[in-house]
Amino acid sequence: MRNAFAKTLTELAADDERLVLLSGDIGNRMFDGFKTACPDRFFNCGVAEANMMSMAAGLAMSGLRPVVYTIVPFVTTRCLEQIRVDVCYHHVPVVIVGVGGGLSYASLGATHHSCEDLALMRALPHMRVVCPGDAHETRAALKAAVALSEPVYLRLGKKGEPLVHSAEPALEIGRAITVREGADAVLLSTGNLLPTAVEVADLLAPEGLVLRVVSVHTVKPLDETALADAFQTTPLVATLEEHSLLGGLGGAVAEWLAEQPPSRGRLLRLGTADSFLHEAGGQDHARQLYELTPPQIAARIRDALHLPDPAAK
Amino acid sequence: MSHVPQSRKGRPTPERGDTELARLARAVRREIVQMSHRGRAPHLGSCLSCVDILVTAYWRVLDIDPARPTTEDRDRLILSKGHAAAALYATLAHRGFFPMDELATFNLPGSRLPEQPTPQGVPGVEAATGSLGHGLSIGLGMALAGRINGLDYRVLVVLSDGECNEGSVWEAAMFAAAQRLSNVVAIVDFNRWQATGRSEQVMALSPLVDKFAAFGWSAREVDGHDISELAESLRQAPLDPDKPTALIARTVKGKGVSFMEDDNNWHYRIPSDQELQAALDELAES
Repeated sequence: MRNAFAKTLTELAADDERLVLLSGDIGNRMFDGFKTACPDRFFNCGVAEANMMSMAAGLAMSGLRPVVYTIVPFVTTRCLEQIRVDVCYHHVPVVIVGVGGGLSYASLGATHHSCEDLALMRALPHMRVVCPGDAHETRAALKAAVALSEPVYLRLGKKGEPLVHSAEPALEIGRAITVREGADAVLLSTGNLLPTAVEVADLLAPEGLVLRVVSVHTVKPLDETALADAFQTTPLVATLEEHSLLGGLGGAVAEWLAEQPPSRGRLLRLGTADSFLHEAGGQDHARQLYELTPPQIAARIRDALHLPDPAAK
Repeated sequence: MSHVPQSRKGRPTPERGDTELARLARAVRREIVQMSHRGRAPHLGSCLSCVDILVTAYWRVLDIDPARPTTEDRDRLILSKGHAAAALYATLAHRGFFPMDELATFNLPGSRLPEQPTPQGVPGVEAATGSLGHGLSIGLGMALAGRINGLDYRVLVVLSDGECNEGSVWEAAMFAAAQRLSNVVAIVDFNRWQATGRSEQVMALSPLVDKFAAFGWSAREVDGHDISELAESLRQAPLDPDKPTALIARTVKGKGVSFMEDDNNWHYRIPSDQELQAALDELAES
């Protein structure tokens, strides 16, 4: 996703002289193309994210369109107050891009995990929260974010994730994308678990279960139409995210659902537990610990639908 | 048609002598004391210490036109010590950014003039401050934008000494020096008090001139109540064409009212009716 981001941003900046890239001493070589094309609009702001975020606000107040980039915890929690006051309170168009969303950088330890960022960003007035599901969605989401003229938080994974879309989809911020149709249950996935959601659907298909897979790339504002349809037409709606069950997609859907009239579907939230990981291991290992691998998710869905595990026969 | 003096960008500029500006600063102080009393708002000492800096900047230094407060190439001033908003409001109203009688609404429900400035509030307020340690960085963003857009405006940022406790101030200081942002001037209102103690004791703040110099700025100390010295230093900036400029302005908290001067109780106190009258008597037109 991050290479798709860098390439698309470079293309956008060639056409839009207002685009300015601020990086927190990261993305070694990744922005060489941008630096060559727009040398006066790239700033390595050092390991000083508070200053970087406030400067982005100052640039935006002056008519420019800053894009701020570093690893999720450092572009969100590290400078949360600068985002809240300088970007959101002033209501200026800053696109905040976090790389390494969720458990992408699991091996670097919990300092580099980000399972609380969606909750924090969602709570900020004016902020849009967008988590593309693959590199194609990343391209489309960045274009939509830049075009929006609002504060946007764009949460990326890392690089080399499997592609779900075959080409860049039509993406509108706030409108979910149905990746696969089905009526036995719905998987609402946000961010880098989208390929996993598709795998889960593939795993359950031989059992006669046809899952709808939806990329809820925008966690705020929620696509209430897609939610209403999912809860009215299917018995089970599962949210899927590399994020805490507190305050992320699952939390947002639960808040929304609590005020709806009774519907057919029940909600199942799948995400990370309210804990930190203390052991070594990469993203796959961390997903295993949080029960976010395709077989584990498939088992949770069977349980929720009171279906037997075919392997247990 | 009478001759109206103009700035280098063709804006009308008021021509005032030092004596006249000192009288204006006294009028701004009178206004501030009344605003604090009427609006039941604290931070009076912090307001009074930066009045001469603001009056000098708005009448002698900034290339601005109150009738066109958002024009792209205007100079900018950010009051990063947002708790002194009353001083900024009174200065802006006197300078013609909004009607003087609006000052009477300060801190009253529904007013455009809350205790600390809001974004999209009254004309002339460049940034909503109040949380310390933000203004210098916002100012750097504006200064970078000026460079990118090929505009030669300057950005003045007024900080408090207590504010320099914030690490973000020093992040900004290093970045500004790395980028040689000579269109930035930081003015530290060094009144030697922060909310609950001497600013040189709460943190090892001194020597601030040396600190800014060590961070790559050209820095000098000035008398923060001497309008002609302030104006001279601000007009000379950048003191070095490749560096941002820091002016460490020696000031007195509560300046202008004898019983408030250097008494940190006036960080929080609001004057009684008697104290208001005594203050107004001291600040009366001479």
